[in-house]
Amino acid sequence: MSDLSRVDKIVADYKEQKTPLIYILKDVQAEYGHLNDEVLTNVAKATNIPLSEVYGVATFYSLFTTEQKGKHIVRCCNNAPCHVKKSKDVLNKIKEYLGIEVGETTPDNVFTLEFTSCLGLCAVAPVMMIDDEVYGNLTPEKAVAILKDYKLKGVSNA
Amino acid sequence: MHRLHVLVAMDSHTIAQGARSVRDTLVKELALAELTDEVKVVETGSLGIYNKGVVLVIFPDNVYYANVTVLDVTEIISEHFKKGRVVDRLIYKQAPADQDIKVDELDPRFGKQQRVVLKNAGVIDPESIEEYIAHDGYEALGKALTEQKPDQVLAIVKDSGIQGRGGAFFPTGVKWGFTAKTQSDVKYIICNADEGEPGTFKDRLILEGDPHAIIEGMALSGYAVGASRGFIYIRGEYKMSIARMQRAIEQAREHGLLGNNIFDSDFDFDIEIREGAGAYVCGEETALIESIEGKRGEPRDKPPFPGVVGLWGKPTVVNNVETLANLPQILLNGAGWYKKLGIPDNPGTKVFTMVGNINNPGLIEVPMGITLREIIYDIGQGIPDGKGFLFAQLGGTTGGILTAKHLDLPLSVSSLREIGAGMGSGALLVVDDSQCVVDMVKNFVEFFNHESCGKCTLCREGTGRLLEILEKLSAGKGSVKDLSLIKELSETMMRGAFCGLGQAAPIPILGCLRYFEQEFIRHAKDKVCRAGVCHLETAAEIKAA
Ligand SMILES: Cc1cc2nc3c(=O)[nH]c(=O)nc-3n(C[C@H](O)[C@H](O)[C@H](O)COP(=O)(O)O)c2cc1C
Repeated sequence: MSDLSRVDKIVADYKEQKTPLIYILKDVQAEYGHLNDEVLTNVAKATNIPLSEVYGVATFYSLFTTEQKGKHIVRCCNNAPCHVKKSKDVLNKIKEYLGIEVGETTPDNVFTLEFTSCLGLCAVAPVMMIDDEVYGNLTPEKAVAILKDYKLKGVSNA
Repeated sequence: MHRLHVLVAMDSHTIAQGARSVRDTLVKELALAELTDEVKVVETGSLGIYNKGVVLVIFPDNVYYANVTVLDVTEIISEHFKKGRVVDRLIYKQAPADQDIKVDELDPRFGKQQRVVLKNAGVIDPESIEEYIAHDGYEALGKALTEQKPDQVLAIVKDSGIQGRGGAFFPTGVKWGFTAKTQSDVKYIICNADEGEPGTFKDRLILEGDPHAIIEGMALSGYAVGASRGFIYIRGEYKMSIARMQRAIEQAREHGLLGNNIFDSDFDFDIEIREGAGAYVCGEETALIESIEGKRGEPRDKPPFPGVVGLWGKPTVVNNVETLANLPQILLNGAGWYKKLGIPDNPGTKVFTMVGNINNPGLIEVPMGITLREIIYDIGQGIPDGKGFLFAQLGGTTGGILTAKHLDLPLSVSSLREIGAGMGSGALLVVDDSQCVVDMVKNFVEFFNHESCGKCTLCREGTGRLLEILEKLSAGKGSVKDLSLIKELSETMMRGAFCGLGQAAPIPILGCLRYFEQEFIRHAKDKVCRAGVCHLETAAEIKAA
């Protein structure tokens, strides 16, 4: 299916580093969007690490994904400091606006909704992270306004 | 020469409130107004002012603007910068221009604070090594390498009595002693910057606000134990910390403060960053080591401890960010000075993060021995909206529960241990009486269940079963028998779980059960949630379903 030759190149980039598997997986995911069986098999071959171990690492860490996700990943925090500042209300509004549950991707593939563990921004709780950007002091309305912004950007980029 | 300096606090908190776009607009509009040669925009770390949106400080005018948005920038430039008229409606604090005031003094929480670790945060530009050096930076390292033997450095750290700020409060000097004693061709220093404990962001603000203090601390540690390589393990979500740290490392290399023959001595030391990939348990030191080794971050058996058999099998010191950032000050000012801060059992200061239902959330550094009441009501300015205090949780989600009767307890490791709590990471979550205890415990358990690494059955299955029970209770489908089941499961996990996660997870659960048993019983028996948070199904509804 896809061109997997870039896996070899990424692995070669880390020749000098001791035990770089996590870094390799990060770069490979950035390149292919996700780490499916085919991609992981190639990482295993290129690194000479057993597939079971590569698979084990790829499924252990929450920043790795084995499935294709939406263009933007929305990560909501509901750990205790956000929870007492009503993060559930924000989350419910986001679910309603996007029409999906946590773990799902919108049919147009623009948004994937996930939980994040504490981002250490609790003084401006409740917070969410969209891709690499963080947003604090959220209310349900503010969260939807931010998502609308992304949606507009998404359309104009398409 | 610039006529004015504008400090923009750029930390993750202010960025989440729009600091980046205010900075960008400021730079753009200053250029349009042809003021770039007169007004300099300087990025700084956290100013310790959190609930006031984006904060700008204008020096030498000593004007603090708060809640600044991009829409205010034009007015600030045309009125203040051009005409010298301060924009009153944005003023947070102002002081006479000839008075030299320290940034922290404008922080309403300053009174009871004492800044050692945070002394540079918000004061210097964290991206400038020159500013760190101008604030006594790298002086301790220079002195150590030119005037002191490694065992003298170790002796000072031992004598200071500093204890690890990662949560366990193990004496740092003793830990180093094991590694120093172990013969090995290679040894490592690891800085634990995985900070994942909910409510904790002290390490993040040190990483973002004073990265060179961490580098200097690591180099001192390396010198004392005979290690020449260091790793900083930063969680992958902390993008800004990673960027600032990377820059600081490069600057230190350029200045010869990392690399070979530092200060013309025969000491070599260099540091590499390793990013995490999202796993709370990797904050546990042996899981962290597994992760650097490119594996699943599952904890190892202890002993052997990392100090003897650590990274790639070599002796390794693992220290928390805050612990390391204290070291330059201790070496500069001496063990006696450090011991005088704080209390005999726990010398030094402690950085706390106040979060939750509190008027003035944020980062504070206070002497050990302070009371909860002082932190919550004086420094934190109380609970918002006239609500009452329900409980506080100290040390993150695995932390112990403190109720109104503990408000006047002087906080120390031992006073907390007596009531089944601990200082932990220093996160202080304040919970007001509009919250439901059962719902809070369910929230804690959701976190543990998500973060359990799955290696040991007790933690993996225990957190799963606990979550089921709590979901039942908060849906009105529980019974009083469930309470003893919660206790039994919790106690079993405490005794038998493999690592600190499973062993500590029951602490807040049992704490809430102990102090608020009635609230659990009311959910189980009467199907009533005092706070009206839980959606309890009545008996009739359950039958009908
Ligand atoms: C589940 C778990 C998570 C932990 N997370 C962290 C963390 O995020 N940061 C940290 O410094 N220590 C963490 N620790 C403690 C470390 O294992 C270790 O004690 C610490 O890094 C030692 O440094 P110190 O002596 O300077 O405190 C954690 C421990 C456990 C059991």
